[in-house]
Amino acid sequence: MDLEGQGRIKQAVERAGTDNVVAILGANSPAAVEMTALTLKSGDPSYAGPLAGIELGIPSFHILEAAITEQIDPALYERELALPALAMDVDEVVKPLLTIREN
Amino acid sequence: MIDLKGKRVLAIGERDGVNGAAIEACVRSAGAEILYVETQCFV
Amino acid sequence: MAVITATANVLAHTPGLVRYGSKPVRDLGRDPGLVDTIGRHLRTYEDALAYPPTQAYVGGIEPEQLRSLPRPWFTARLPDAQALGPFGDVLSEHEFLGLLKRCDRARLVQIDEETLDGASRALAERGLVTSVERDALTPSDSRSIDDAVKRGEAIPLWLGSRVVGSIARGHEEDDSLTANVLLENLAAKTTGVLALRRLFRMLDGRVGPSDVDFVLAGSEEAVGDRYQRGGGAMAKAIAEDAGITRATGVDVKAFCASTLYAVFNAAALVESGVFARVVVVAGGSLAKLGMKYRAHVAASMPIVEDVLAGIAILVERDGAGPRIRLDTLGLHSVATGSSQQAVLEALVMGPLGKAGCRLTDVDRYATEMHNPEVTEPAGSGDVPTGNYRLIAALGAMRGDIPRDGVKDFIARHGMPGYAPTQGHIASAVCYVAHACRAMAEGRMRRVLFMAKGSLFLGRMTEMADGVSFMLESGGQRS
Repeated sequence: MDLEGQGRIKQAVERAGTDNVVAILGANSPAAVEMTALTLKSGDPSYAGPLAGIELGIPSFHILEAAITEQIDPALYERELALPALAMDVDEVVKPLLTIREN
Repeated sequence: MIDLKGKRVLAIGERDGVNGAAIEACVRSAGAEILYVETQCFV
Repeated sequence: MAVITATANVLAHTPGLVRYGSKPVRDLGRDPGLVDTIGRHLRTYEDALAYPPTQAYVGGIEPEQLRSLPRPWFTARLPDAQALGPFGDVLSEHEFLGLLKRCDRARLVQIDEETLDGASRALAERGLVTSVERDALTPSDSRSIDDAVKRGEAIPLWLGSRVVGSIARGHEEDDSLTANVLLENLAAKTTGVLALRRLFRMLDGRVGPSDVDFVLAGSEEAVGDRYQRGGGAMAKAIAEDAGITRATGVDVKAFCASTLYAVFNAAALVESGVFARVVVVAGGSLAKLGMKYRAHVAASMPIVEDVLAGIAILVERDGAGPRIRLDTLGLHSVATGSSQQAVLEALVMGPLGKAGCRLTDVDRYATEMHNPEVTEPAGSGDVPTGNYRLIAALGAMRGDIPRDGVKDFIARHGMPGYAPTQGHIASAVCYVAHACRAMAEGRMRRVLFMAKGSLFLGRMTEMADGVSFMLESGGQRS
């Protein structure tokens, strides 16, 4: 995740705490999703950014995971998510998150 | 597994996937509030 | 009718400038020792030249041919790689430095004699500079170069491990005129000039600098000063150093969609009769050099984001070339909104509908053509394929193609990414040259160009943007 994004997220959680905070991701590649999720859970894996060494412990979900989409208004799903869901291999993209959340 | 209602969400979208605004709209409809929104552009 | 009659795609190999790319320069500020790590991963000119995506960009091979080459492509050096491809030059770094000096009107750049001599000779051999121009440049001695750097007034320019020149700041207090900013702007100007000079060589006298009526530039730099950071008008600066005298020019700015916007604006000016000949020109993005260098170093890859790209396109009223259809432009209006589906409806389905075309009536879609070898190690995925999957998925949702026809659609109507990650260059416009060639050879009739601009990055809006147009070979209607 880019450094400026890390910095802004760090600020946001410094102000608001991490209680009840979750990340919902929208990237279309497993690698991008994995990098973001790891950074938010255990800190910037490249040790370069504001979140280097900071373990926020924030869990990440993908917007297209079934457990998330079933909570979303169906009309909104149609408008915003139906196309990306068809375009990306959702299982592949979500896979890294299952592992990261488990550990 | 997770109930979005009442959760505070970091909406991290991506330009060619699902963008931040879309994630925001969707999770709000599920009762979550937004702490942070971003759309990543990798190129 | 506005047609494209000539296009130049050029590259300048600038490994010495990777350290000044936005990501490297920030990291080096925190850890100067990284310069050795970066240095160990820089490529030679020969390697950059023979790199298959390089050859795809300058037309030595077609992008589709990359499918038959094993990855990683940086191990598949092409044996007949030409320093002058069908679409343009691949300049070596010393040639680039010579041209940089040539384009330096504000006397900021110093280059030593050996480098300047070698560069001038090489550029003259390429037919890109005249002997008069060659003799007009004054080299600097090393002392003068080193002093400027030592005094903190200039930053060094490297050729391998040697400092061979420098570029000075323009003002002591002006953030918009630091040496780094000026280098970025001058590098964009230089590669724009390179593309335009090559374009005139290709035209071989049929259209010369004095025949151009107007210039539109669409790249990513910001030319200005402390009172106006993004003043622009790079177009006119490029025009001057490409020998154009009768015309003036103006910039078109829309993040990465800039160049594509410039093309349809050129077409509109020509088709409406305001001008007979408009040139679109784009220089390269220094800021994007080495953007993903960390990932490449971690993957034991060479840093392949070591090339600056340029493009020049001639748009004329009638002539031998495909026409730009102004009646089926794809525009992402404010009301379009941000849903992926709405964006694609606006940029792809809308234009197709207006043209009476089905998805499969377009021979090729040119979208964000970034080289996946650059983006994948950094976890950014395969950008062209991601875009093709969106188009195909929408086609499947509408019944234009069968649900299981996505792969087939991409194979027939898409292509592998090949463009350097030079922002606006990779955004579809890098395929204009290939499309024109394919149409001239009768292999294609219709290509849709679609570019995206991430406006939200500038923080003035949360919106994204995009634009598209169709290129059709002469006389073809749907």
